[in-house]
Amino acid sequence: MAVTLSPPRLLPSGDSAITVEFSRNIDDTANQRVLALDRALSDAPLSGVTETVPTYRSLLVHYDPSEIGFGALGEKLLALAKRPLPPPPKSRRWRIPVAYGGEHGIDLEDVAKTLNTTPDEVVARHVAGDYRVAMIGFSPGWSYLSGLEKFLHLSRRQSPRLLTPAGTISIGGVQTGIQCIAAPSGWHLLGRTPVRTYQLHREPIFLTEPGDRITFFPIDARTFAEQDRAAEAGEIVAELIAA
Amino acid sequence: MSKLVVSSIGPASSVQDGGRHGAQRYGLTPSGAMDRLALAVANTLVGNALFAAGVEIGPFGAAFTARGGAVRIALAGTARNADINGSAVAFDTSTTLADGETLTLGFARGGSFSYLAIEGSIEGEPMFGSLAVNARTGLGSPYPRPLQAGDVLQTKAASSRAENRIEFPETDKGPIRVVLGPQDDEFSDQAKALFLDAEWKISPTSDRMGYRLEGPVITHLHGHNIVSDGTVNGSIQVPGNGAPIVLMTDRGTSGGYPKIATVISADFGRFAQIPAGTGFRFRAVGMAEAQDAARQFATLLHTLSARLRPIESFDLNIEALQHANVAGSAVSAVDAGTWQ
Repeated sequence: MAVTLSPPRLLPSGDSAITVEFSRNIDDTANQRVLALDRALSDAPLSGVTETVPTYRSLLVHYDPSEIGFGALGEKLLALAKRPLPPPPKSRRWRIPVAYGGEHGIDLEDVAKTLNTTPDEVVARHVAGDYRVAMIGFSPGWSYLSGLEKFLHLSRRQSPRLLTPAGTISIGGVQTGIQCIAAPSGWHLLGRTPVRTYQLHREPIFLTEPGDRITFFPIDARTFAEQDRAAEAGEIVAELIAA
Repeated sequence: MSKLVVSSIGPASSVQDGGRHGAQRYGLTPSGAMDRLALAVANTLVGNALFAAGVEIGPFGAAFTARGGAVRIALAGTARNADINGSAVAFDTSTTLADGETLTLGFARGGSFSYLAIEGSIEGEPMFGSLAVNARTGLGSPYPRPLQAGDVLQTKAASSRAENRIEFPETDKGPIRVVLGPQDDEFSDQAKALFLDAEWKISPTSDRMGYRLEGPVITHLHGHNIVSDGTVNGSIQVPGNGAPIVLMTDRGTSGGYPKIATVISADFGRFAQIPAGTGFRFRAVGMAEAQDAARQFATLLHTLSARLRPIESFDLNIEALQHANVAGSAVSAVDAGTWQ
């Protein structure tokens, strides 16, 4: 039996962009619909649409109002969003090395204490997760992952840090993520990866795509240092496994 | 090969163009000129493409010296004192620096940004099709950071073209127009009315990433956390402390605070030019008016070259130049009285 899909809300983001909102919450089905609409617009571009930005629950569609108006574009987007959800395309899977704890993950001990468990248990559970890139945003390559198990859900820090290091692997709320460049963050820092999800002068410049599958595996500090040098020289370091 | 050497420059001055587009889905901020019209005017005067890379000059002074040959330039945007080796230079007019001559610029008057266009633009290595500087991500060329004294901008030798000025219509001086949303339903009618009725000032802690607003506290209906979604130039987000932040061209590509409204694209450059501490208001408009304004703005941009006038028909004396200088402030519709 076909599932009836509720229509998304069309929210104006000024005169040159529409937010197509499928849900107000972090919701896997909504994210699948976001990515499906994004793919539909990439497979058969609509005239006037200049850029699309998928996020957890909505697709931001930038357009040129000299080419198409809000009403006409909105109708086309609603029609596309009504189509049954196609099976998700074969996703790529990345295995990402992480140096957990110590200087690489300064919050690991505190996270374990808050959760009444050991740092090893936190790492084991984080490594066991099967994650999906729900969106990339805020700063280049910052990959927000869905699929964090409930045990690891934790409120964000009371006071965000003004600077957290490049490659930080952290958890915040119901999410985990890969941060590429040094940036402020209110999340809990579990470790660091030598993998650059964004690196200029490398092909590809951006490693991850929304929809990619991610798993983590632990490495020691020495391996981190070696792989960090290799990554700086342009190696990808992450392992790519075809779906 | 001519070049322009930065002899002195204040903070918040950088090479900017139309920005880099198409990679916001990877978290890459577009950057680009804060006042696109002013950059386009300056570029048109020297025969460049509308959004060729030029120098965005912040509120403080600057000086540039031509080396290795003559360099044709034009200034547009916020007015400021400008001279070449002591002789006044008009805004909205092209002029040529002879080899060794220095263009000296004073502080911005009644606005924030002026634009220096260079005939032949600036040599650099585009990344994602743009030379625009975004210091936080290390992007931009020839320097991935704001300009500093001693920097060298490589360009072409000045052509033998005649100099131009540009005739400009009076621009809107009214309130900054916004379209409500995308999350205006996160605010009560009273909060929205307060936002639209209040006089606002831009905080001095603002930058190319965001302008923080000083005024009344805007409260949320359901708290200040939403699930992150996409942002645009002019998104007005309201964080937990109730002080709105207008996202500018170096914004993060997504944000997790409710966005009460969005500055319309035609007014974005005019908004970017409001100096810190100057009062202004917002006015809500419907989508039809916002999109009409966007189309008129696009038409204005693409007909700029039809507004060029040869400089010969212009009385080239200091008084006239100073008059033109005053006219220059009208390009961005910014003067001290505009926002009161």
